[in-house]
Amino acid sequence: MARTPVEFRLNGAEKAVFVEGGANLLDVLRRGLGDMTPKYGCGQGTCGTCTVLVDGRPQLACLTLAETVAGREVRTVAGLPDGAELHPLQDAFMENFAAQCGYCTPGMLMAAAALLERRPDPSREEVVEAISGNICRCTGYEPIIAAILDAAQRRRRRAS
Amino acid sequence: MSSQTRVELRKDLFADERDDNLNEIGRPTARQDILGHVTGRSPFFDDHQFDGLLHMRCVRSPHHHARIRRIDIAAAERMPGVRRIILGRDVPHNLNTLLSLIDFGRDDEPLLATGKVSYVGEAVAAVIAETERQARDAVAAVRVDWEVLPHVLDPEEALAPGAPIVNETWPRNVFEYHDKYTHQKLRFGDVERAFARPDVEIVEGRYQMSPIEQAPTETCGAIAAPETNGRYVCHTSTQALFFSLGTTAKLLDMPSSRLHFIGGTVGGGFGGKVDSLHEPLAVLGAILTGAPVKYIWDRAEEMQVGAPRGAERWYLKDAVTRDGRIVARRFRGYFDCGAYTRLSSYAVQKATGHLPGPYTIENVSSDVYCVFTNRTPATAMRGFGITGVDFAIECHMDKVAERVGLDPIELRILNAYRDGDMKAHRRLAKNTALIECCQVAAEKAGWPIRPEFAAMSSLTGGGGDRAAIPETVTDEEGRVDGTPAARPAPRPAAPAPAPAPATASTSARPAAPATRPAAPPATPPAAPPVAPPVSAPAPAAAPAERPQERPAQKPYQPQEPFTRGVKKPGAHRFSSLSGTRRR
Amino acid sequence: MGLTVETYASAAEAARALAAAQDARYLGGGTLVMRAVNYGDQSFRRILRATDPALGRIAAQGGRISVGAGVTMAEITESRELGFLAPAARAVGGPAIRSMATVGGNLFAAHPYGDLAAALLALDGRAVLADGREQALDELFAARGRGQQPLVTAVTIARPERGAFRFRKVSRVKPKGVSVMSIAAWLPRSGGRIAGARVAYGAMGPTPRRVPRVEQALEGRTLDAAGVQAAVAAAAEGLDPPEDAIASAWYRRAVAPVHLRRLLLEEDG
Repeated sequence: MARTPVEFRLNGAEKAVFVEGGANLLDVLRRGLGDMTPKYGCGQGTCGTCTVLVDGRPQLACLTLAETVAGREVRTVAGLPDGAELHPLQDAFMENFAAQCGYCTPGMLMAAAALLERRPDPSREEVVEAISGNICRCTGYEPIIAAILDAAQRRRRRAS
Repeated sequence: MSSQTRVELRKDLFADERDDNLNEIGRPTARQDILGHVTGRSPFFDDHQFDGLLHMRCVRSPHHHARIRRIDIAAAERMPGVRRIILGRDVPHNLNTLLSLIDFGRDDEPLLATGKVSYVGEAVAAVIAETERQARDAVAAVRVDWEVLPHVLDPEEALAPGAPIVNETWPRNVFEYHDKYTHQKLRFGDVERAFARPDVEIVEGRYQMSPIEQAPTETCGAIAAPETNGRYVCHTSTQALFFSLGTTAKLLDMPSSRLHFIGGTVGGGFGGKVDSLHEPLAVLGAILTGAPVKYIWDRAEEMQVGAPRGAERWYLKDAVTRDGRIVARRFRGYFDCGAYTRLSSYAVQKATGHLPGPYTIENVSSDVYCVFTNRTPATAMRGFGITGVDFAIECHMDKVAERVGLDPIELRILNAYRDGDMKAHRRLAKNTALIECCQVAAEKAGWPIRPEFAAMSSLTGGGGDRAAIPETVTDEEGRVDGTPAARPAPRPAAPAPAPAPATASTSARPAAPATRPAAPPATPPAAPPVAPPVSAPAPAAAPAERPQERPAQKPYQPQEPFTRGVKKPGAHRFSSLSGTRRR
Repeated sequence: MGLTVETYASAAEAARALAAAQDARYLGGGTLVMRAVNYGDQSFRRILRATDPALGRIAAQGGRISVGAGVTMAEITESRELGFLAPAARAVGGPAIRSMATVGGNLFAAHPYGDLAAALLALDGRAVLADGREQALDELFAARGRGQQPLVTAVTIARPERGAFRFRKVSRVKPKGVSVMSIAAWLPRSGGRIAGARVAYGAMGPTPRRVPRVEQALEGRTLDAAGVQAAVAAAAEGLDPPEDAIASAWYRRAVAPVHLRRLLLEEDG
């Protein structure tokens, strides 16, 4: 079977893996590199559960051909905390009860992280738009929206 | 917006019924698993890594109903990476029903179909390969020779004469309670006498609900791997670890002590992960290959094959006095359980126990059928058994309100049950709160209700005459109308004769069985008709070839009765509302 | 067995490889091809891709604009040049899909996808093929699904006058949902009256399509209740929209006039 070497940065660390032909980024992250934080939900781009950041933009890892991230920076929930300190989004999700079963949470966090990096002070509408590709089946959208708005405030406080 | 969604605790209601010393309710509390969730470290079943993990994918039926003439796996077996292809004959005890674990119902479902398939997506073979892609490629290379059979997708059509037999274990296309009863019955008072009263209006309605997929974000799956001590570890997405354990022990005919099941972290279940069949297939794969095996559904399988909340159809008929009192309510309900029982038999019992909803009605009658069709087997989902009929009841309440010219909330308050009222299942109502719910809902919605309705209370006005059990019509044997004689129907091994034609009568009384002599005939009786009391719609087109005319298709029966696993000798029977009541 | 991935430095090389192959699929942003890969599509074994920077270019060409086939929906929404097209690009998927999905891919997206393609069609879109030939989008759509598809390297579109282009996507879930239908209308005006209208629907047929009867009914009319009446009456004429889980054909026909009317009577802006 054809295997192709791919090098990229994952959460700041250089990685080099051999990928099978047609392998998607989700499988490479999970089974190839052991980063289990992104989850499989649909394999077809409808649920957002596998959302990661590629060069700062949200992407669906299940629809990303592994070769296409060569030389790029991939970020997952595993890279959100700053050392032992959780990311403001993680604190806000905990305090706002923004996770029930927890399965959509990594994708939600990364979609939210992409938003906050571009829009540090987002409106509620922008938050709704930012997570519009992410499905939560425990139907906790309101606490998730509240948590993201709360995280934006925490982030600004932390920065000032 | 989020501030509007805060919970408001109405502690003024029923304040004297409790001490207001709750430590958790009404106070924010962090989930114990929240840190794992926000760091992505919560261990879902698929987050466990195994070196040399193999991947399982199933070959599935493209037909609603078809006989399997031949499964040709020769080409698929030779494909790169393919380790093993499992067929029904490889399953040690290839027949089960979930609730057999509590001795309820008949084994009616194979893990991998052998003789025939009864719904689109039913698995007939499982391919195990080194990569998921290889497994998919090999699945595409398995050739199945199908003989397409006539199918039925509507429960009332399934009960009509000449309907295809969906599942040979249930030749009348209905679940038979205690091997005897074709449906669940509830009789309380005499609805027919009430319908005949001159001072009532009759309001009828037909309501139905389509199947609903639970659609958990995490699709169902399991990883099984050999441990070093003859045991198998199984990480699973199940919602019901001990159902899964017992089911696996039974299907694989192995003691549960050899199964090390790990679950509890579930990426959404909502009932759809109660009766999963991933664990037995994954464990069987690990046994047959000696390697760790993962079996996970993709999203398309989750939607097509995953058991949904089943479809339901309800017919309601009320007798209502001019002032809005509902004096009689009759139900006829059909649960579409799909091709196999799963949990629908239980859903029907739950529904029957719930009737006539949260209202006090002096005459109630109900006949609810659990019907087999060639649809995806139905299972649990959030309040299943109740949700569909509550939808019907509440739609019907609005219809009644409109007919008698009453405000719909006032109609509900007027007919609401109150503390001390007798319910149709012959238990006194307590802790009732419908009146208060209606009052608060009206207040929040700015919906005006008259002061006398705003002043009513669940605590007063109940009991007394309303606590009485009305005289219920029975025959000389003490049976309500339509109950078959005491002897159980013979357990059928071959297709039964076609059910008798449905009566065209609008009476609630099915024609034949009630008048059957109590003494059993010398020869086994023909299966009594499953007579839907009102004419069922005929199937759209008569099937060209009726299954009854075929040679008998004997359902698979294991050679040895099941003896191991979790089944305990002398397990007591599951009691039900109209079945044998313990105590 | 298994799949192979071939990466080409130029679109022209990729196009040649694609033309010669029976078992290959060209991968743009991946949202369609990887979905097929993930579900074990047996119709191809090779994935072709190109890293040609020209595919990502947005450039003015006289009165028209050339949009590279590799330009993503997100890049359209961020482009000053393509501001008028941003509502259509934003109608596609959620943010993660938009940072992957490309203009070229949208031209080949099966129903009910292809909302942007409907907008490009209304804007007199012409596909630029790898060999330099141009093909009107209606022709490209008509040939879709028949034989090997050509590699499109860019789409050129008209630059509409300010306020002359309108787009509306109708879906049952907000803010992200699959199309019941989408409507794109380029309504150039001369002396207050419409001259040379182009109106296209998405999700109302197997591919995006123009609605000539609506266009004719708008000719010479003004955008007011009386002026749009004939166009609204013709909104669903001669259409045979698809049935799917989102909407029945009947429903699509029934709501088409309602949404067309709303689009036409929008405030200019």
